[in-house]
Amino acid sequence: MTEPLIRARGLTKTYGDFIAVDGIDFDVAKGESFGFLGPNGAGKSTTMRIIGATSVRTSGTLTILGKDPEVNGPQIRAHLGVVPQQDNLDSELTVSENIFIYGRYFGLSSSFINKKIPELLEFAQLEEKKYTKVEALSGGMKRRLTIARSLVSEPDILMLDEPTTGLDPQARHILWDRLFRLKEQGVTLLITTHYMDEAEQLCDRLIVMDKGKIMAEDSPAKLIKDYSTKEVLEVRFGSERNQEMVEILRPLAQRIEVLPDRILLYAEDGEQLLEQIAAKGIHPNTSLVRRSSLEDVFLRLTGRTLVE
Amino acid sequence: MTSDAVALSERRQGKFGDKYFAGRPQQVLLRNWLTFKSSAWIAVVSGFFEPVLYLLSFGYGIGELVGNISTSTGNISYAAYIAPGLLATSAMNGAMIDSTWNVFFKLNESRLYKAMLATSLGPLDVALGEIAWALMRGGLYATAFTLVLAGLGLVTSWWALLAVPAAIIVAFGFASFGMAITSYMKSHHQMNFFEIFLLPMFLFSGAFYPLTVFPGWAQAIIKALPLGQGIELVTKAMAGDFGIHLLVNVTYFIVMICVGLYFTTKRLNALFMR
Ligand SMILES: Nc1ncnc2c1ncn2[C@@H]1O[C@H](COP(=O)(O)OP(=O)(O)O)[C@@H](O)[C@H]1O
Ligand SMILES: [Mg+2]
Repeated sequence: MTEPLIRARGLTKTYGDFIAVDGIDFDVAKGESFGFLGPNGAGKSTTMRIIGATSVRTSGTLTILGKDPEVNGPQIRAHLGVVPQQDNLDSELTVSENIFIYGRYFGLSSSFINKKIPELLEFAQLEEKKYTKVEALSGGMKRRLTIARSLVSEPDILMLDEPTTGLDPQARHILWDRLFRLKEQGVTLLITTHYMDEAEQLCDRLIVMDKGKIMAEDSPAKLIKDYSTKEVLEVRFGSERNQEMVEILRPLAQRIEVLPDRILLYAEDGEQLLEQIAAKGIHPNTSLVRRSSLEDVFLRLTGRTLVE
Repeated sequence: MTSDAVALSERRQGKFGDKYFAGRPQQVLLRNWLTFKSSAWIAVVSGFFEPVLYLLSFGYGIGELVGNISTSTGNISYAAYIAPGLLATSAMNGAMIDSTWNVFFKLNESRLYKAMLATSLGPLDVALGEIAWALMRGGLYATAFTLVLAGLGLVTSWWALLAVPAAIIVAFGFASFGMAITSYMKSHHQMNFFEIFLLPMFLFSGAFYPLTVFPGWAQAIIKALPLGQGIELVTKAMAGDFGIHLLVNVTYFIVMICVGLYFTTKRLNALFMR
């Protein structure tokens, strides 16, 4: 196997006594779309900042394209496109000026950048907003501009910290589409998210993080296969009866999880399980059969849900 | 294939200070120029009038009462007497506006430096660029003020042209120091420190009356403060008085510039690279 693009070993970050990232190991290969899935506070952004050479690790080793960000920060940053969790566009400038000046920060020539601007505006679907001040853009537009801006330097690695948080479903799908296109062009993607559907859609491989630690690592499909059943039957009996039903249902399912408002029954065939339950004369208020998702993987690994 | 951004960055790799400096502070200046073009110029023009108003009201108002003043360089009008002090003050004010409140906003509210430092720029590029911008404002005020002085007939020798480089040195010192202190400020509240410090420094600086009215120890303190040094520097430069004193003044500001740059870079690094 060739040398990975990014290699972390025992990567640790502490703030005072608090351990934000707790000795994690991972490799990212060139052209891969690699995800960090975990709830708020898992340490995803911290890990991204360390990779982005804007935060210094406390211990462990990290190489990016064979370089150490602590020694060659600016050289590593020259390879990266960074989309931080919170947009940091230049609100006093227009859309195209934002891309222009960002390219200048990398030292790129005006003629080079001016050639790229139309292409990036097209990519972000912001052609009509070219001369608009950033302040006047919607959240989705700002997010797309932040991504377009990060591409001006033609990065090898694009780092997206919660790219679609706060966006409406349509804006999310537009963004996902743009990210697929970049992946096709061979850009390595690093994506953090606490949305399991986003992780399933975008990531070839991901690590599930919680409290600074890695709980599991694999492709989304493999994680689901390893940590969950094929299907899930969700049943609701109303809050009083849920608890008493758990003991009756437990022997029927491969695994059972009790959430405040519903019970999750894990099985290879959800419909069949529902029939079995009905045959016992048990009739939930509502029932739903669905495929297992990364949400179930996370629940299995931590006993908690990803998004409260 | 390596991108242009990577090739550019690798050119500096291994050179002195490559972690902190990419050699592109002018891009930070360019960014300020882009915003300035579109909006900020009104604020800049209004800042210029302040020392002019002092000159007109005090110079001619109080000047009427006090008459001519005898100095080492001869008998001059009160307006001419206070001109160098006001010039140094206008350089200071111009530099301080950008390096304090504007920098505070960029540090804390706009996340601008965060965005800059996520690129291959380094903290020294940001510090130098911002300080250069602030000093340009100070320099602009000083130049405009010198022109006003000339227009009012308060300039008597060609040495007055030296007021501009002298004022730029003063502005550089204040910009550098102002940004360094601002980078350590945690709240709007603390930012008022500047006003508390700057106003008395201005009123007691000797811009309006000779320092000999104060006891010796007070004179020493006032002269050791940046504005006291700045007024001395501008006054002497405008009078063509090149003694060892001038060298002391210039050295004072060079130290101020270097200390300010050092702490600004250090602090930006601590804030955005930790
Ligand atoms: N600069 C900081 N100082 C102190 N604590 C921090 C800092 N940055 C992050 N943390 C803490 O580290 C933990 C991980 O944060 P973060 O990496 O932002 O998580 P995530 O992105 O997964 O939501 C959180 O508990 C957060 O409060
Ligand atoms: Mg985060």
